[in-house]
Amino acid sequence: MQEIIKQNALSIEKSRPGRRGVRFEKPQNTPEKYIPARYLRTHTPRLPQLSELDTVRHFTNLSRQNYCLDSHFYPLGSCTMKYNPKAYDVLSVLPALAQAHPFAPQEAVQGTLEILYNLQELLKEITGMSAFTLQPAAGAQGELTGILTARAYFDAQKDKKRTEVIVPDTAHGTNPATSHMAGYSVINIKSGPDGCVDKEALKTALSDKTAVVMLTVPNTVGLFEKDICEIADMVHAAGALLYMDGANFNALIGVAKPAAFGVDLMHLNLHKTFASPHGGGGPGSGPVGASAKLAPYLPKPLVEKKNGKFFLNAKMPKSLGRMKAFYGNIAVCIRAYCFLRQYDEQTLKDVAENAVLNANYVRVLLKDAFPAFFDAPCMHECVLTLQKDKMNGVRTADIAKRLLDYGFYAPTIYFPLIVPEALMIEPTETESKEMLDLFVQAMQRIFAEASQEPSMVHEAPHNQPVERIDEVSAAREPNLRW
Amino acid sequence: MFIPHTPEDKKEMLQAIGVGSIEELFAQIPTALRYPAFNLPAALQEQALTRHMQELAAKNKSLLHFIGAGCEEHFIPAAVNALSCRGEFLTAYTPYQAEASQGTLQTIYEFQSCICELFDMEVCSASHYDGATALAEACAAALRINNKTKILYSAGLHPHYKEVLKTYLKHVPGLQLEEVPLQNGTVDLNALKEKLTPQVSCFAVAGPNFLGQLEPLEDISALVHGAGALLVSVAKPLALGVLHTPGQYGADFAVAEGQTLGNAMNFGGPGLGIFTCKKEYVRQVPGRIVGIAKDKAGKRSFVLTLQAREQHIRRERAASNICSNQALCALNAVIYLTLLGYGGLREVAELNLEKAHTLKDMLAADGHKLKFDGLFFNEFVLELNTPAKQVIKKLAKKGIAAGFDLGAVRKEWNNCLLVCVTETKTQADLEKYVQAMRGF
Repeated sequence: MQEIIKQNALSIEKSRPGRRGVRFEKPQNTPEKYIPARYLRTHTPRLPQLSELDTVRHFTNLSRQNYCLDSHFYPLGSCTMKYNPKAYDVLSVLPALAQAHPFAPQEAVQGTLEILYNLQELLKEITGMSAFTLQPAAGAQGELTGILTARAYFDAQKDKKRTEVIVPDTAHGTNPATSHMAGYSVINIKSGPDGCVDKEALKTALSDKTAVVMLTVPNTVGLFEKDICEIADMVHAAGALLYMDGANFNALIGVAKPAAFGVDLMHLNLHKTFASPHGGGGPGSGPVGASAKLAPYLPKPLVEKKNGKFFLNAKMPKSLGRMKAFYGNIAVCIRAYCFLRQYDEQTLKDVAENAVLNANYVRVLLKDAFPAFFDAPCMHECVLTLQKDKMNGVRTADIAKRLLDYGFYAPTIYFPLIVPEALMIEPTETESKEMLDLFVQAMQRIFAEASQEPSMVHEAPHNQPVERIDEVSAAREPNLRW
Repeated sequence: MFIPHTPEDKKEMLQAIGVGSIEELFAQIPTALRYPAFNLPAALQEQALTRHMQELAAKNKSLLHFIGAGCEEHFIPAAVNALSCRGEFLTAYTPYQAEASQGTLQTIYEFQSCICELFDMEVCSASHYDGATALAEACAAALRINNKTKILYSAGLHPHYKEVLKTYLKHVPGLQLEEVPLQNGTVDLNALKEKLTPQVSCFAVAGPNFLGQLEPLEDISALVHGAGALLVSVAKPLALGVLHTPGQYGADFAVAEGQTLGNAMNFGGPGLGIFTCKKEYVRQVPGRIVGIAKDKAGKRSFVLTLQAREQHIRRERAASNICSNQALCALNAVIYLTLLGYGGLREVAELNLEKAHTLKDMLAADGHKLKFDGLFFNEFVLELNTPAKQVIKKLAKKGIAAGFDLGAVRKEWNNCLLVCVTETKTQADLEKYVQAMRGF
């Protein structure tokens, strides 16, 4: 039957003229009554015409062609694919919350505002930062918000000579791209032999032209910057600010507060550490925390409380401006609030501790097949590499595809750039020992296959809806729509 | 919470690692920084959390909405959320491993296709954060294309979009941003003509604009292109069920807020930034795009494509730092459009048009005055005898969200109220509104 029912037909290919899913009441008049012809649409768009059942089957069957966290272990490094509690799916869209309008009279949205205010306060408490904005829509927008906050601060000091942002070579590509968007030039510095910032290189790069140093903590090779306090002192002595990319905060939550490191600005990814689902690529949420001296420059508005009432305060004269039309990805923020309310001062550290335990367990069990690039205890993720002489030409991309056959999503691969043939594995705290054991077994089997039957790995995947895709074929003559 | 390890598991795992305690694994963090005090409220189990959230939600008041201003209440068929809430969509990540992500990839391809059809544009990205950031990114793309030094924007843009535009572009060296004023609620064409100097990179204009008024976009397009500049338009997706399309009037970039396509208001977020352009500009599109590829056996498949534009490859030379899309919101939109088809979409658009005009007529018959006399889709501006702020307060007490106070945008519009009517309103709702507005 599989040949008869074409599973991956497009909706438009299933379309039949006159078929319809949803109907509305019939309008009384045609648009011409209200609008002259030159303002009207002239031709019919080719949208699919399907019944409701056709539509339901179409999207249900498409969904079954996805690996997802609910069905598969998803050890995608740097993405923190932890369990997304079902309660939050329900509680974040309670009708009174989902139906709140951003311009509704503030007395009608006190519940939403109270949640947002509480979340701002909780994020301040767990990071030690003085203020938090929930406005940024994603981690990358959080970075931009942070760097623009720094820029607004320096502009207010009339400090025009600071034109550079220093970024280590292990950083996510977003860090240099963000700095460029904020009008800064980017100075890349090399990491030391231990995978951490090379302080000498930093010292050389720092000058009175440095505006910001962007550090990911723990860094992208899964290590804590052990000299973070000293680095902060160096940055501050140069008159610059320290920005912390908090994408990897799952290693620190409940264990350490970034403000104590000397961090001036940071962002968090609510869709990572705070358990909100990734939705196939978004929406995320990237709140930004600031120290007291930088707080006035954050984007407007912020949720504030006065006489027991909550309100959006847009009267922030020093603010850098607005980052998006409305205040934050609220549905994501509400999930993060739910997550934080399920922990207290005793249990919050369990998140980071078990995340770190799981990552180290995988690292140690895979040591002989896939050694860690930096042989040291890791934080929430481990970055492994290949032993080229034992792999028979099998590359990291092949291993990623072969893992799909064994029922695991692949780790992040070829990142960070300084690690050859990198496999970045982040199990998160919500995976059980049994699942990790199975994953390790699969990796070991792939290691054995590399020497015994490398074609099995080279040609993987074998049991997915499609075989290995030639990605270059898509860019050659782009087909981006029907 | 949600951590499965038993004490035995932990013991075995620590043994395998070769450390005596979990804390040893944190030795990289200086002792002085480890385990500070946290002042947190008591932890809530699911049942207590549910009660807590219900109590907070109950502090919101349910209103009969007549506010738009960039975020609108529309009917969402049940199938939309039933499908998009499937864990297979909800809990997947960005489709990096395309072979195991064909579901998400195909839905994005279908989203891009439906939006291209609706907008009459050649290329659509996988989506942006919201309409405002999509506008800013489109203007930045225009600058990269023609390397000019000035951006003109209409005074009729959403005030928050203007602010985002300034935030995003204020550090571009040598760039000037200049506003083109309105005349009776639409772009002052003479002023536009004067300001269209050779330095102008693009003109950003919304149609319908923030005041609900339709703009003569064909005329604007001719002026802009005649001056060698690019046209960046902000469209209203549902309105395109009946109104002239960006492709029709020749926009080079057309962006929009797509929340109205199957997404709840959620206090304004997440939004759905729609980003479309002409084919020749595809390599300037920031963010993700899905395209068709072939697998080893020659079978049609879907992948993220043209990635050489993106930050993970180009780093500081990338078009933008964006590395996510609003996939779930785009999914809601494509399910919504698939369920409705053009027939349904046209019905919704016609109902918005008709009900907004019906309410306008009812209010006029009751003695209210319209601020502008131009064409509109589903939003119009009332000029009252009372400050709009007060009217909004009074109607909120009666359970009605009266509209948006334009006094917040411009002082002399203190008495002006921007009213939005969608297909969700019944005749009885309209009558209730007219009744409540009597005397203002």
